Amino acid sequence: MASGFTWDFIVGHLNYWMFIVLMMTGFYIVVARGNLVKKIAGLNIFQTSVFMLYISIGKVTGGTAPIFPADMNIDPETVYSNPVPHVLILTAIVVGVATTALGLALIVRIREEYDTIEEDVILEAERKIAAKENRAYGDAMGGRA
Amino acid sequence: MSAGSATATLTLAQHLPVLQVVVPLLAAPLCVLLGSRKLVWPLAFIASAITFLIATLLLMKVLDGSVISYHIGGWAPPLGIEYRIDAANAFVLFLVSGISTIVLLYAREYVAAIIPPASQLLFYACFLLCLTGLLGVAATGDAFNTFVFLEISSLSTYVLIAMGAGRDKRALTAAFDYLIMGTIGATFFVIGIGLLYMATGTLNMADLSDRISDMGDNRTVRAAFAFIVVGMGLKVAIYPLHLWLPNAYTHAPSVVTAFLAATATKVAIYVLMRFMFSVFQPGFVFETYTLEFVILPFAILAMFAASIVAVFQTNLKRMLAYSSIAQIGYMLLGISFITKTGLTAAIIHLFNHGITKGALFMAVGAYVLRTGNSFLDRLEGLGKAMPWTSAAFVIGGLSLIGVPGTAGFISKWVLITAAIEKGWWLVAVLIVASSLLAVIYIWKVIEVLYMREVPDGAHHQEVPGSMLVPIWILALSSIYFGFDTSLTMSAANTAADSLLSGF
Repeated sequence: MASGFTWDFIVGHLNYWMFIVLMMTGFYIVVARGNLVKKIAGLNIFQTSVFMLYISIGKVTGGTAPIFPADMNIDPETVYSNPVPHVLILTAIVVGVATTALGLALIVRIREEYDTIEEDVILEAERKIAAKENRAYGDAMGGRA
Repeated sequence: MSAGSATATLTLAQHLPVLQVVVPLLAAPLCVLLGSRKLVWPLAFIASAITFLIATLLLMKVLDGSVISYHIGGWAPPLGIEYRIDAANAFVLFLVSGISTIVLLYAREYVAAIIPPASQLLFYACFLLCLTGLLGVAATGDAFNTFVFLEISSLSTYVLIAMGAGRDKRALTAAFDYLIMGTIGATFFVIGIGLLYMATGTLNMADLSDRISDMGDNRTVRAAFAFIVVGMGLKVAIYPLHLWLPNAYTHAPSVVTAFLAATATKVAIYVLMRFMFSVFQPGFVFETYTLEFVILPFAILAMFAASIVAVFQTNLKRMLAYSSIAQIGYMLLGISFITKTGLTAAIIHLFNHGITKGALFMAVGAYVLRTGNSFLDRLEGLGKAMPWTSAAFVIGGLSLIGVPGTAGFISKWVLITAAIEKGWWLVAVLIVASSLLAVIYIWKVIEVLYMREVPDGAHHQEVPGSMLVPIWILALSSIYFGFDTSLTMSAANTAADSLLSGF
């Protein structure tokens, strides 16, 4: 489809490359990091990359900010950027903030209960609880809890 | 039906599509502002009952195949946000609001007993917000609006799950895991919508559908399709993307589990169907391949793998959670046939499984309330001590297996018909075989309930009537819809028609 990976193509889509890099960085942090706060930070980067994608979509070459002059004297020659993606992304930013806040609040509660925010320590603690449940309830059914 | 003209005076009836979403949205903050634990339950219940009434009215209006298009703020689509009610989403709205009303009936005693008093107001507020989100996702005809409502429902779901922490601290990590996976799913979904907007320049689903079919094969559209399927797949808990589900369902308060199991995954499946069949036409070759070579094998894998895992569980709630993953497999199987009968089967199973699982999880909640947890050996002999709850559980279990005379039978019947229609005999055999696995795990529970002696010193009472009534409403309706299929079949048929006809 793309007319080969010419220099113009690569440079012309710089913001899209950055979107992919940011997205994968965030995604990698979410998957690879054991610290819950770092996971949330990674998730945030992941979501932020999408903002970049949307803003890039809204850009019209040579377009200016989509604000009409106060006297409504609109020059038909003026090219405006597409404002819709900007508005959409405002909503997505709000969603992202809410998700981050909720994630951090959950981490506070996890810290209170487990006394740690490291995933492997939490998993170990949960394994112990499960093993205890197995001993208490699992025998009767000959299965695993 | 159009509300577009600014001069036209609008009656209340014309505003039904948006009132559906606005009523619980406004009631949610009221729950907190009211500040009274006595008044909060009636408020939440009335709000939910109103949405159920509206959903019923809407369903009656669109059962003949007509479409209601509501323009938010009078802005005409494709620029404005459109709420578009046809048989497919009216049926989903009917299920969601109905289950929510019944679950709220059950919630009064349960929440008073399980949720700490300080959080009870917030519980109802989150519950209504979750309901708002789910109804919004189903009602809207705007792709980005779907994402916003999806996140409203998801964020409140995470909170609701975490409220199980008073009983088991693992609810917190379950909620956190779900938050991570749910957010990744939603972000994938929004990337997909962004790519669609990039290719078509519109967000209205009907408009998207037209422009995509005009465009032919296009790599951006393909990428959008992949992102949307994977993103929604996380919310649906399609087999390899289901990892959040067992812990979330097990550790959440049972009332939340009953609500989520019966509605949240179902709404996500509806969105998947809407995008696969209406927005992207089935003629889109890439989609046909995806359905046949990705969704179909995973659906069959889910039917078996999740059922087998369910057989070996000793925690009843976790067993039913795995069973949910298997049942989602049946719905996806129906979708992957890409025929009208297959789609009908998916929609009817979506409804029947919703009421069945709702009844089962509410019965489990009753056991949890009396015995402290849901491990099977805690339930020994409860068939005699809690006869009503246990009888309802058995009915739900039979419907889950698909015994003739229950709702579950009807959906599996249609599904097998669809498989045979396609000439896929092996798939039809596999559907029956995996149903037999459900016999094993449900029988395990029945054996514990009825054929074991009550352990010494255990003395359990039946739960109060206000909890039994909602359990029995769902148990009886899973029998009723097994005999009288006129409503479900005609709704599912019309829904499949309107999904397949695009817009």
